[in-house]
Amino acid sequence: MVEHCLRYRDDEPVGDPAVTVDAFAVQGNATAVRIEPGDDARALLPALDRIALIEINFPAYGDGRGYSAARILREHGYAGELRAVGDVLIDQLSHMRRCGFDAFAPDKPITQAAADKALATWPEVYQKTVDGRSPIWALRHGR
Amino acid sequence: MYQYDQYDQAMVDARVEEFRGQVARRMAGEITEDQFKPLRLKNGLYLQLHAYMLRVAIPYGTLNGRQMRMLGDIADKYDRGYGHFTTRQNIQYNWIKLEDAPQILADLATVEMHAIQTSGNCIRNISSDHFAGAAADELVDPRPYAELLRQWSSFHPEFDYLPRKFKIAVIASDTDRAAMRLHDIGIQIVKNETGEIGARFYVGGGMGRTPMIAPVIREFVPVLQMVSYAEACLRVYNRYGRRDNKYKARIKILVHEIGADEYRRQVEEEFAHILTLGLEPPQAEFERIAGFFADPGLERGLADGYDRSDPDFAVWADQNTTPHKQAGYKAVVISLKPAGGIPGDATADQIRLMAELAEVYSLDELRVTHTQNIVLPHVKQSDLYALWQKLDAAGLATANLDLIGDIIACPGLDYCSLANARSIPLAQKISARFAEPERQRTLGELKLKISGCINACGHHHAGNIGILGVDRKGTENYQLLLGGSEAADTSLAQIVGPGFSEDGIVDAIETVTNVYLAQRAEGERFLDTYRRVGMAPFKEAIYG
Repeated sequence: MVEHCLRYRDDEPVGDPAVTVDAFAVQGNATAVRIEPGDDARALLPALDRIALIEINFPAYGDGRGYSAARILREHGYAGELRAVGDVLIDQLSHMRRCGFDAFAPDKPITQAAADKALATWPEVYQKTVDGRSPIWALRHGR
Repeated sequence: MYQYDQYDQAMVDARVEEFRGQVARRMAGEITEDQFKPLRLKNGLYLQLHAYMLRVAIPYGTLNGRQMRMLGDIADKYDRGYGHFTTRQNIQYNWIKLEDAPQILADLATVEMHAIQTSGNCIRNISSDHFAGAAADELVDPRPYAELLRQWSSFHPEFDYLPRKFKIAVIASDTDRAAMRLHDIGIQIVKNETGEIGARFYVGGGMGRTPMIAPVIREFVPVLQMVSYAEACLRVYNRYGRRDNKYKARIKILVHEIGADEYRRQVEEEFAHILTLGLEPPQAEFERIAGFFADPGLERGLADGYDRSDPDFAVWADQNTTPHKQAGYKAVVISLKPAGGIPGDATADQIRLMAELAEVYSLDELRVTHTQNIVLPHVKQSDLYALWQKLDAAGLATANLDLIGDIIACPGLDYCSLANARSIPLAQKISARFAEPERQRTLGELKLKISGCINACGHHHAGNIGILGVDRKGTENYQLLLGGSEAADTSLAQIVGPGFSEDGIVDAIETVTNVYLAQRAEGERFLDTYRRVGMAPFKEAIYG
């Protein structure tokens, strides 16, 4: 369990150490996996129902591949914890949440209060993603 | 034109508040410039050589009189009394104080404007045909499609940290007035063989240091799958675009390296998956948006023709107005390229005057062109003379649309921290050299474009005559290129030979125009002659 972790889910945190995507391919009994920016998240799709924690690493905040990885996992039904780790900054939390992340373990700690405020930045959203929010076009047309 | 509802307004207001907080944190020293940089860039605020520059978005280049007037007021209140219209149909202010930036955004929000995504590695402001809704040759008005994509791309959570910036242009006529194939995604709205309207996607064009003309990735995407297809195009890019080298990070490099066929295969695979997710706004939403553009209030039954007895007026009307789809109207281009002036600059007073003229003569609409001029799209031909008189009195009636004086130039080393050479003084010298109106008209259509560095913001690759400023052992040096075109016959300009000093390049351009005049056949534009005779006669005359 990492020291500073903001969680937006009710279940117990997974204690198992996350293995790499390559290691997961050979020791398929692991329940926690860590995705690096260059990994193909789709490699995990056949095993999603056996995984309880997926960490997506952001070595540098400007590398946005992890946003696509997160959405792909959620779009294919992954329901376990999806944790952003690394260079995760306060001003990125709301976008990450919209892409399906429900836990954050930033290198530089973010307080719960600051995170909650950041997540409340946008009153509405323009796109349908994987966070269940109704996009503006749906609100306009009563959907 | 489009009007915000409470949702659009709430989003822009939220962004103003967010940025106000971020600036306050910066001013209080709670965050460093390094931490602040990505935040200010999301709001169009750059740090240039001498001051902050704020770039304000003008979606698909369309705005009304009230919005234009606000742009003039901002120039007076927060800048030095002028603004600079850009090649992406936006406006920039070059002398902004950081502490003023949140209030400027708040002022803009009162007229449904913002600076969102005008910089940073995200989907930028979407550009379009500046004659949209007026052009006689358009299939449909492309702006509803652009607006649909504007909303989809605003605060898109997955695509805010792309490998590099991402520019989209949407057109709907075979005449390309938006340099569409030189964009990351170029969309042409087309009709398929069954008469259905849809989008043709070109992906992987761009200028910069590696200019590329975008190939067609899909011939036809139904309107109600356009957002899903764009999402697929972007996702493949976000996952596989290069991030190891900033100069190879644009999507054009990805498409070039893996090939259009492989990129298409990946996009189609992603598209098939995305279609299952139901991300697409419904028909009713497209119709709601299209309704705003349907009828600007054009009068029917007017006749073509107007009094041309004033010869100066007639010259301007012939050069700076274009056919309108409604009889009795013209679309008017206001040139921001007076002889010896700074391309794209307008004073606060000029901006406010153009706002007023739009309200009086153009059904309250203006457009910004990617060639850094302003359009009044819906002017009654019977009003042209009165309009011209008012423009002329304000120094806004230069009759040089698409002539050699109608120069595109980037801000260059006078402002930009990336530039290697100055662009503005060179543009001024060239337009002064060719100031004589009769001489310009004799030369005919001749698109001259100047970039102060290899990043090509001045579109030099697409110039009939292109000029690239470089740094040569500490002094400014200018390379000459010939034969580019941004129009439907898109082509990339080629370098002629060794570079020149600032005065040398002006002489070289004059030599080039002399070769053209000597070689041209009946009815040939400069570009036609160049394409027929090739580089050799020009090169020989210059370097002989």
